[in-house]
Amino acid sequence: MSGGAVVRPSISIPEEQVVRYTFQERIYHWINAIAYTYLLTTGLALFTPHMYWLAAVLGGGPTIRFWHPWMGVLYMITIFWMHSKWKGDMIATKEDKEWQKHVKDYVENRDDKMPPQHRFNAGQKQFWWVMFYGSIILLLTGIVLWFPEEVPRNLMWIRPIIVFIHSATALLTIAGFLIHVYMSVFVTPGSMKGMLDGTVSANWARQHHRLWYEKITGRRK
Amino acid sequence: MSNGPLEIKAISGHSGPVPGQDVSRDYDVCKLVDTTTCIGCKACEVACLEWNGYEFRETTFDNTYQTMPDTAWNFWNLIRFNEHENDDGTLSWLMRKDQCMHCEDPGCLAACPAEGAIVQYKNGIVDFNQANCIGCQYCVTGCPFDIPKFNNVTKKVYKCTLCSDRVGAGLEPACIKACPTGCLHFGSKDDMKALANRRVNQLKEAHKDAGVYDPEGVGGTHVIYVLHDAKNPEKYGGLPADPRVPLMVRLWKGPLKWLGGMGMIFGVLGVFIHRVKYGPKHVDKVEEKRP
Repeated sequence: MSGGAVVRPSISIPEEQVVRYTFQERIYHWINAIAYTYLLTTGLALFTPHMYWLAAVLGGGPTIRFWHPWMGVLYMITIFWMHSKWKGDMIATKEDKEWQKHVKDYVENRDDKMPPQHRFNAGQKQFWWVMFYGSIILLLTGIVLWFPEEVPRNLMWIRPIIVFIHSATALLTIAGFLIHVYMSVFVTPGSMKGMLDGTVSANWARQHHRLWYEKITGRRK
Repeated sequence: MSNGPLEIKAISGHSGPVPGQDVSRDYDVCKLVDTTTCIGCKACEVACLEWNGYEFRETTFDNTYQTMPDTAWNFWNLIRFNEHENDDGTLSWLMRKDQCMHCEDPGCLAACPAEGAIVQYKNGIVDFNQANCIGCQYCVTGCPFDIPKFNNVTKKVYKCTLCSDRVGAGLEPACIKACPTGCLHFGSKDDMKALANRRVNQLKEAHKDAGVYDPEGVGGTHVIYVLHDAKNPEKYGGLPADPRVPLMVRLWKGPLKWLGGMGMIFGVLGVFIHRVKYGPKHVDKVEEKRP
């Protein structure tokens, strides 16, 4: 056509996409998420009588007592797998300190004030390490709670300590989990697409993880 | 607690004021074990098995008269035999009937997460309801006497019921009925305490440290002992001197449960307020010039 291109308002140009998570990463993340959700709901049922109704919903007390540890095994496998893939990206960098200084801006959505970040920002890294070390503590204490009858008689005194640590650590991971789910579902449009389809828009990547974006595309402004 | 049904209203063949009218005995129950008159015959062990319908297990010989090292899910009543060397070189042969103590403040009940799996009756009996038990064994963690025992096949926990079925029908527990020396007594807590104290006064002539074992740390128990030496209960097969519900169980079922619950409620509330106040992040659609 002569006279320049005409773009009709009803046609939107598809945004350029970049790959954020591989198929494998997504699969492991979602197996982990499902396992955690089961562990969370069954764990809460065993934690407080106010939540014991969840036991009935999930098949009854003996059923959740049987499956909670097995689901914990599945959860740990995916945690360790994700760790092997992501540990490099989770190492603290000098940009994290800058991010920490601007955490208030981040919370209050003044993203233009945020320093550029790598593949994961400082908050995501903190969440990861809370979940990783928390999960290891939950695994070690969980094994004792799985087979309490195997605890030798002269070591019985550790059992109340173990059950306390297991519950306290679980609560810590729940705090992280709550923020993680809230951020991805309600605060950062596009991040859920990244974990489902594996791609995010270039604009999304540039805004939230500029250093990562520049690294994978080789582009610099 | 209403003692109404046990209060005397009228008695037959009596003129004038009714003696004992409107007065009732305490409705709670208590088992008194006088270790000083136990002869170690184990009739109570047999009676317990018979009444509760359990087969005899294989016994373990461990250079003692004790039937086996510990109580079990299907063996709730064990006479513990202990040879204790006294300071003056003499030997005491101590026998103690070990079973659930039926604490007034039961640690098993505090720790149990399963609704209705552990029931404490107003008469003091602490009973397990296996239909509601989920097999987590938190009760074992909460018990300062190491009484509840796990059955790995049924995945349930069992212990002495103080014959709640017999007591409910107005009978004494099976062990009491079987005891040939009268070292076992059964009645209200007040009556058993009085009887125990009477016996202790008798014993004091020969055993200056004789006393009643009714530990305060668990609010008192509905099984009490008369001991020759109440200052050293440990020598009676590991009877704890000051049993308490473990501190970590108290913290876990108290402050931690409270803090955790509040934290979750305010956490959800917090992110909701955040969403309403700040909304989602917007991605600036900057069309970048391609190189």
